[in-house]
Amino acid sequence: MEIDKLESLRWDLRQDCVDIIMAGGGGHIGGDMSVIDALMVLYENHLRITPETVDDPDRDRFVLSKGHAMEAYYAVLCHEGFLDLDDVKARFSKFKSPYIGHPNNKLCGIEMNSGSLGHGLPVAVGMALAAKMDGRNYRTYVFMGDGELAEGSVWEGAMSGGNFELDNLCALVDRNRLQISGSTEDVMKQDSQEERWAAFGWNVLSVPGNDIRALDAAFSLAEETKGKPTVIIANTTKGFGSPVMENKASWHHHLPNTEEYAQITADFAAHKEECHA
Amino acid sequence: MPNKIANKQAICDVLMEAATTDKDVCVLCSDSRGSASLTPFFDKYPEQAIEVGIAEQDLVGIAAGLASCGKKPFAASPASFLTTRSYEQAKVDCAYSDTNVKLIGISGGISYGALGMSHHSAQDIAAMSAIPNMRVYLPSDRFQTAKLIRALLKDEKPAYVRVGRNAVEDIYTEDSCPFEMDKATWLKEGTDIAIVATGELVRPALDAAALLEAKGISATVLDMYCVKPLDEEAVVKAATNAKAVLTVEEHSPYGGLGARVAQTVASSCPRLVENLSLPDAPVVTGTSKEVFSYYGLDAEGIAASAEKLLGKAAK
Repeated sequence: MEIDKLESLRWDLRQDCVDIIMAGGGGHIGGDMSVIDALMVLYENHLRITPETVDDPDRDRFVLSKGHAMEAYYAVLCHEGFLDLDDVKARFSKFKSPYIGHPNNKLCGIEMNSGSLGHGLPVAVGMALAAKMDGRNYRTYVFMGDGELAEGSVWEGAMSGGNFELDNLCALVDRNRLQISGSTEDVMKQDSQEERWAAFGWNVLSVPGNDIRALDAAFSLAEETKGKPTVIIANTTKGFGSPVMENKASWHHHLPNTEEYAQITADFAAHKEECHA
Repeated sequence: MPNKIANKQAICDVLMEAATTDKDVCVLCSDSRGSASLTPFFDKYPEQAIEVGIAEQDLVGIAAGLASCGKKPFAASPASFLTTRSYEQAKVDCAYSDTNVKLIGISGGISYGALGMSHHSAQDIAAMSAIPNMRVYLPSDRFQTAKLIRALLKDEKPAYVRVGRNAVEDIYTEDSCPFEMDKATWLKEGTDIAIVATGELVRPALDAAALLEAKGISATVLDMYCVKPLDEEAVVKAATNAKAVLTVEEHSPYGGLGARVAQTVASSCPRLVENLSLPDAPVVTGTSKEVFSYYGLDAEGIAASAEKLLGKAAK
């Protein structure tokens, strides 16, 4: 999809995401808002998978390691035709629902379950290795949060991804600099991400993470990179899209009240309007 | 001539045989290919062998990723580390995501006798059994191990297999190794006491039955290689036909074979059940043989416990 159309679509997806959260009575809204642009760009312009090819051995693989951004993922999966938005909204977090707060691989288009942090990268390394072993040309993508990077298993995966020179693997770090307890740098220092990943043998692309064009270009660059895996450090804003929730750690998992919801919805609409101005 | 082939060697032999015709069969090690007896596999099938270094979480996560793409990974690492360090990967990436990963815990139990509690896995049955969708197998000898691995190659569900470090005395033979998946093997049928054993303590349990027989005590011996799913039907049948039940395992007293058998017997055919296991403590230093003897897990100890239990049951 063209960039200008994505610039508009991102606000519709955010609205869907917030509506899913409101319908379910909870969700990780802050991280949803920071990562949803990257999810949209990946699914629209790069990830080679459709609802018809979910069992195709040559499909691209995606793992949402920061599984708590599930509402953003639902919004994108619904838009791409894997799931039905009305059904998700009607049943999200409800009794016996398959639409839980983290990825559920019983649902169409979802490869792996996650939830506990630090699992996605080693799994993605395995997927990328399988492609190399089988001589298939599919690519594997994994999205992580920045607070998640405190998990040691992430760096085991980083080590093996570099070691096996998996140029068919692309990781993305949603670097919004906030986690539940506050700033990532206050909780456990994460800078410099660029230096850390480079030291593990990765191609590092550091981009403004809520910039559609920059994200699109970064995924393209990753596809062209040979001999090493790529990590995109997406420097995002937690809660991106409305001042009501932007850069507020308390919005990691916050359910908007009626006034907040109205303001957020108005802000999204105004942003969308700007796209068409 | 005592057997010199360890159960882990039997695993390697079967996997090499399978890898010849199935390129999806692959093995992963965490700097453990030598101790897992998988070096021949790495040498012969380098394209199907993955070394991850000393990184058990990565080992299991990568195996799950491979499995999700149709590969048939066997991830081998010392049971002590595999079932603790990468426990969450076993739970989330294998069992919860339902990936076809076979976890091979080598040098299980107190195989690494003198290396201390860090290297012992007296908790693995309890830990792995508690994960929904995870099966737990402890084969008793090399022939049964081979049959189990061949069966596991044919299914697509996660499983944990624990084997010891050293060669153990044969129970079966190449030509005579009755095996049905998830069904205990009846080694002996008796009427006084039912001995239910698993893993590499099945052999001493069978030897104990011979000692008991010499004293006129008739024992059933069940080779319960399948701890989960437990062959409850066999347990109930064996218990029903006996006055008491004795379980034998190289494990902590908590949450292992003994606990599962006691649950089954208590709810279906109440009998006295006693669990012979390792203690709830760091075990004494020594070789496996010395340690088993010390805790009454050798043939003589098992026979003595059986006699004592029958005495209690008679009161």
